Amino acid sequence: MTLMPKAILLIAALGLTACNNPDRFGAGANGGANGGFVDTNGLGDPNDPRSIAYFNQTVGDRVLFAVDQSTLSAEGRTILQGQAQWLATNSQFAIIIEGHADEQGTREYNLALGARRAAAVQQFLASQGVDGDRMKTISYGKERPLEVCSEEACYSRNRRAVTVLSMGSGA
Amino acid sequence: MMVWSRIFPLPKRPVKGQTGKQEQNDRMPVTSEDRMRALKSLTAALLIGVGGLVAAPAVAELNIVIDSPVIEPMPFAIPAFVDEGGAGDYATNIARVVAADLAGTGLFREIPAEAHISRVSSFDAPVAYSDWQAINAQALIVGAVQASGDRIVVKFRLFDVFTGQPLGEGLQFAGTPGSWRRMAHKVADAVYSRITGEGPYFDSRVVYVAESGPKNARQKRLGVMDYDGANVAYLTDSSSIVLAPRFSPSGDKILFTSYASGFPHIYIMDVGSLAVRSLGEIPGTMTFAPRFSPDGGTVVFSLEQGGNSDIYSMDVGGGGMRQLTNAPSIETAPSFSPDGSQIVFESDRSGGQQIYVMSASGGEAVRISGGKGRYGTPVWSPRGDMIAFTKQNEGRFHIGVMRTDGSEERLLTASFLDEGPTWAPNGRVVMFTRETAGAGGQAQLFSVDVSGRNLNPVATDGPAPDAAWSPLLP
Repeated sequence: MTLMPKAILLIAALGLTACNNPDRFGAGANGGANGGFVDTNGLGDPNDPRSIAYFNQTVGDRVLFAVDQSTLSAEGRTILQGQAQWLATNSQFAIIIEGHADEQGTREYNLALGARRAAAVQQFLASQGVDGDRMKTISYGKERPLEVCSEEACYSRNRRAVTVLSMGSGA
Repeated sequence: MMVWSRIFPLPKRPVKGQTGKQEQNDRMPVTSEDRMRALKSLTAALLIGVGGLVAAPAVAELNIVIDSPVIEPMPFAIPAFVDEGGAGDYATNIARVVAADLAGTGLFREIPAEAHISRVSSFDAPVAYSDWQAINAQALIVGAVQASGDRIVVKFRLFDVFTGQPLGEGLQFAGTPGSWRRMAHKVADAVYSRITGEGPYFDSRVVYVAESGPKNARQKRLGVMDYDGANVAYLTDSSSIVLAPRFSPSGDKILFTSYASGFPHIYIMDVGSLAVRSLGEIPGTMTFAPRFSPDGGTVVFSLEQGGNSDIYSMDVGGGGMRQLTNAPSIETAPSFSPDGSQIVFESDRSGGQQIYVMSASGGEAVRISGGKGRYGTPVWSPRGDMIAFTKQNEGRFHIGVMRTDGSEERLLTASFLDEGPTWAPNGRVVMFTRETAGAGGQAQLFSVDVSGRNLNPVATDGPAPDAAWSPLLP
């Protein structure tokens, strides 16, 4: 494992940049009802098209998936095209794509499924011109649900891939 | 640290003033011959057999197969152990732990002390068999405790009440006061093994994930405890998500997955020093689902790259990485056969999760699961005869067992969410995670025996998923 020291450095750097965005696990983008024009989260003014809040709420920071699937829907592809355009304009940002699964599955399979979903988004964004060096993926499996009920209404929102912005290029 | 000793058989006639002689002996003193002889004298030995899954026992006429519609637990009596000096509460507490171990299997039923006619005031006094027969005790456990300074000595004898014979020889354990529960588990293990013919498992530990916090922000840390939930210690703090720990075959190391670096990777912990090191982080990948080989020298695990998970192996030192599967599907949850020659794992290459077996060096895999639904998290029994798994079908989760060729599938549990079986060291009991539904849903460890009987929660000090059983302690 001669690559290890480099890997640790890379990951440490990413970990730091990820912290610039408190919107972990996509929990802060539920319509912005409590945000208004006040920059309470360090996400910027949602009316400023260059703000993280604008990306999260207006462009859309997430795509949803069918049960046990990682195929992007037509709606999902539209959102990701918007993300790619925004990232082209706002080149100071890198992204971490978080893949998530609902709770209906075994822990390790869901980790792999979340990784598959994150990779589907990464591959689509790459096809839309986002530089691979700006993108990282991570799977949380079923460990970080957004909604906590055990019904399809919650599950459908938990089966997601969330594009989390961070300052600076990823590598 | 504990020391075994053998105790000479009870004298046929009590000799006034004589105390029990002891002989140092490192060897487990009950040979299989001893046991068979003893079993033949017992009127109704229990055998934890599952019809079709276990070879017929050698003493078939004594067999009570658990598969039968009703199992009558064997009644036993265990008076408070005799205080042979300084024993204090240990005399009662040790007997209570032994009783809880035995009754907890569902194969034994304790006759409470209030019903006892005979009082046991001396370890070497002759047994008043008729008094124990009168209350229908089939097995009698007599013990004694002596404590002084940092040393405790526990000894016991097991008697077959109806034939009026000792069952096996007396045993003695010496250790520190802090290991009193282990000594009790050793006594219970000896009793359980002599009567059932199965391997012991009470003197063992379980590593697990201790959870706190709400469902959408769970805090997780590694915990380790005795198999019955006592003696909890925490091995990590809650600063990173930790998942699915696994004991090494000698119990001195733990593999687990952690987000400590920000991304999920495999780590290995030395249980004695709690020192942790990363196991081969590779940029741009996720590593997870690790397990040791039976010789402890190799780790098999899943590595994900570009969204695709395959199974790899690596030396426990971190070198020698080899790719064992190469498919665009999800390959994960690998588990070695006890002889190290094969690996069982799950894959969705057929469209949904199913269980496959391949050579430990990789290559072609044979699908062994064939029923309706999805099959995951296969774990090879330490006895080699069965594979435990998680099954998902029609919105329910099950823990099940099947033969290693996939035949004779048997579902042991059903609930909203059961997953992640781990085998007791004797391959006769499975522990697993059960999670309840809804916003307040919590994980709880349960155990169940291979027949599907005796489903019991494990007493943890909070929500707990992801158990992995240790080997039997030395």
